[in-house]
Amino acid sequence: MKSILKRVAPAALAAAALTAFAAPPAAMAEEEQYFPVPSSRVGPFSAMGTGYYGGIIDYMQYVNKNGGVNGVQLVWAECETEYNAARTVECYQRLLTGPNGQKMLVFDTLGTPGAYAVINRMSEEETVLAQYGYGRTDAADGTVWPWVFNAASHYWSQIGMKLQFMADQEGGVENMKGKKIVHLHIDSAYGREPLPAMRQIAKDWGMELVEISIPPPGLEQQSQWLQIRRERPDWVTFWGAGSGMNSTGMTNAARMGFPRERLVYVTFGGAEEDMVPAGDAAKGTYVVANAVPGRDFPLIADMYKTLYEDSNVGNMANPDRVGTVYYNRGVGAAVMWIEALKNAQEMSGKVGKAVVGSEFRDGYEALNMTPEKLEEIGITGMVAPFQLSCAKHDGAGKFRMMQWNGEKFDLITDWMGPPDPTFIRGLVESSAGKFASENNVEPKNCG
Amino acid sequence: MLYRQAGRFRTSYSMDARLVPFFEDRIALAAVFLFALCVVPFSASDYWLSAILIPWLCLSLVALGQNILMGYAGQLSLGSAGFMAAGAFACYNFELRIPEMPFLVSLIMSGLVAAAVGIVFGLPSLRIRGLYLAVATLASQFFIVWVIDKFGWFKNYDSSGIITAQDIVILGKSFTTPAEMYVVVLLVVAVMTLLAMNMASGSVGRNWMAVRDMDVAAEAMGISLLRTKLQAFAISSFYCGVGGALFAFTFLQSLEPVAFDINLSFRILFMVIIGGLGTIIGAYLGAGFILLLPVFLNIFFHAVVGEAVDATIVSAFEQVIFGVLMIMFMIYEPLGIARLLEIGQERLRRWPFKV
Repeated sequence: MKSILKRVAPAALAAAALTAFAAPPAAMAEEEQYFPVPSSRVGPFSAMGTGYYGGIIDYMQYVNKNGGVNGVQLVWAECETEYNAARTVECYQRLLTGPNGQKMLVFDTLGTPGAYAVINRMSEEETVLAQYGYGRTDAADGTVWPWVFNAASHYWSQIGMKLQFMADQEGGVENMKGKKIVHLHIDSAYGREPLPAMRQIAKDWGMELVEISIPPPGLEQQSQWLQIRRERPDWVTFWGAGSGMNSTGMTNAARMGFPRERLVYVTFGGAEEDMVPAGDAAKGTYVVANAVPGRDFPLIADMYKTLYEDSNVGNMANPDRVGTVYYNRGVGAAVMWIEALKNAQEMSGKVGKAVVGSEFRDGYEALNMTPEKLEEIGITGMVAPFQLSCAKHDGAGKFRMMQWNGEKFDLITDWMGPPDPTFIRGLVESSAGKFASENNVEPKNCG
Repeated sequence: MLYRQAGRFRTSYSMDARLVPFFEDRIALAAVFLFALCVVPFSASDYWLSAILIPWLCLSLVALGQNILMGYAGQLSLGSAGFMAAGAFACYNFELRIPEMPFLVSLIMSGLVAAAVGIVFGLPSLRIRGLYLAVATLASQFFIVWVIDKFGWFKNYDSSGIITAQDIVILGKSFTTPAEMYVVVLLVVAVMTLLAMNMASGSVGRNWMAVRDMDVAAEAMGISLLRTKLQAFAISSFYCGVGGALFAFTFLQSLEPVAFDINLSFRILFMVIIGGLGTIIGAYLGAGFILLLPVFLNIFFHAVVGEAVDATIVSAFEQVIFGVLMIMFMIYEPLGIARLLEIGQERLRRWPFKV
């Protein structure tokens, strides 16, 4: 037995190596368009990765089943990033060329660390970086970052919206004076991303801002919550990532007796996968949504029927997760890809044919998600209507506040934005301008 | 019987002091180096250069530094990623604040900065040893990353905390394509490997090994513990610093303190243990195993099972296989992959006879 193993093992290994590295046959059909899926399916961020990329893959399958994009079938390849910047760079290089030999058009890391790691490669490689509600905020300035988009709004709008929500609860901006807010965040670029806007608004409104950081992966928050108990803040904005950290935050708040109705979670902090483990402790917690969960939206309902009921090809191992926060966010991101692809085909006169990166970029920039368009796709109310332009690369800048009732999210507000969108825009432009001057980037003329 | 050991006499001191005693080994090494320098940059794809070879070489250099400290001098340390961060941010700041400074000088300077930090954090080694020292060096890991995070000056007051690395410019030529950066990394790593081989086989290395094997006896024979231990810390940190700077400038192309977390320190530790403690080649083999095996497993599974199996299960399965392989290596070859290579070489020498 042993000697057989000894003999077979090297041969098997060699065969494995060969299959892994032999280039797949370049059977390049005319009507195919390749998309990369750099997913994060293991580790603390797996709930996020499986839901979001599951939604993306399901939407692409759904589009394919309905005849593709003007007849162009979508193909994709997956790569595991583990939500890690170094692995994301590796995946970026690996996915750059698809199995059919096509170059990728768009990259979506679902993670600020990964986005920062690849952001400088975009213009050179002619690839769009679609940061769907995460990532580098000042990339919303299209003159400095022509290849990067923030289609579902960025963190600065989000923190503005949260503060506005608090002000509404307190009875107006004038009542915010003297209030104390704790920004409890994971100690990474992602956790610090909202701070420039937050500090400025806190100063303008006369609030006291206390910044408390939690070292990654954020499972140990005891001392931070003790500090919060000492500080006695009026509100806590929680900026966490990964199911473990997020539910730990709520259970700690419960233990310290901090009211959950004063705890506002970030878009990537609160999903069903984060709320359920925290049990009763989660009840009352506010979460910001850039894509509203639910299976009643016509598109999601039809996807569920087509992919899970009529056939069993859906990407989610647990079909019950269809329609959750991360799933719908993934569908929202994929809808933008496909609408951009449609635009690109039309604008470059290649309807029914594959397009290249620069054409896709122009198509993405031309996105105009009017209420009628959203209605036609079947996601009215799931994402906010918005329009992009040459200079303006961020989406609606609007969010909805949700509250966890112990079983599901209740929508508390309609779409609402930051108190002063022009101020947020000014911050974006000055930050992008600083980057441009430091790195000798010639801003594009959008005239 | 490709080549044999018997009947080869060293008749002079210079022959005895050779780094690579066998002619055939020298030919093989030179061939590998020439292949890596003259063939690889022109034939390998960008993916291979920028996502496989560059990070592998950079981390090999760091693992070499860790091996000097742990394998040769016997000082258990857990701060290598911290020293990498020190080197990377030093290089960024030299390039930023003294634009006239050539890149290679910045690289050496960043190594020196890391070495200085290493000496400071090596001081506890004079009093404590073994696992206790590992815990003490853990402080360097957290302290360095914390300092860089805390004081905006190191990051040029960038609000997000992730900064873009400058382009590499040497003698007026900028090295920006994967092939060009690969050549820079390869040459730096080759030169530093040669230096490490020299140190390891000379009096410096013998002092390290004497201290490793029994420090009291070494001191009794007249070896200064203070000098030897701090020297090992300095040189090891120098390697980590240069490796960290290369890692940030050529692979990540951005600098972020979180990239140099405790996780990376552990991975470097595993590279050295799996590759082979106290061997030069072990650093390369270990870095290859820890860094590249998960990538290859991922490629392999996506190529073989493709869409047939749920990708979540595939990803989890890869981690299981990786873990099992690590345990198997430790059980069947505790001396590391370098030892396997040695056994193979031995077999070649005696071929066609069996050992």
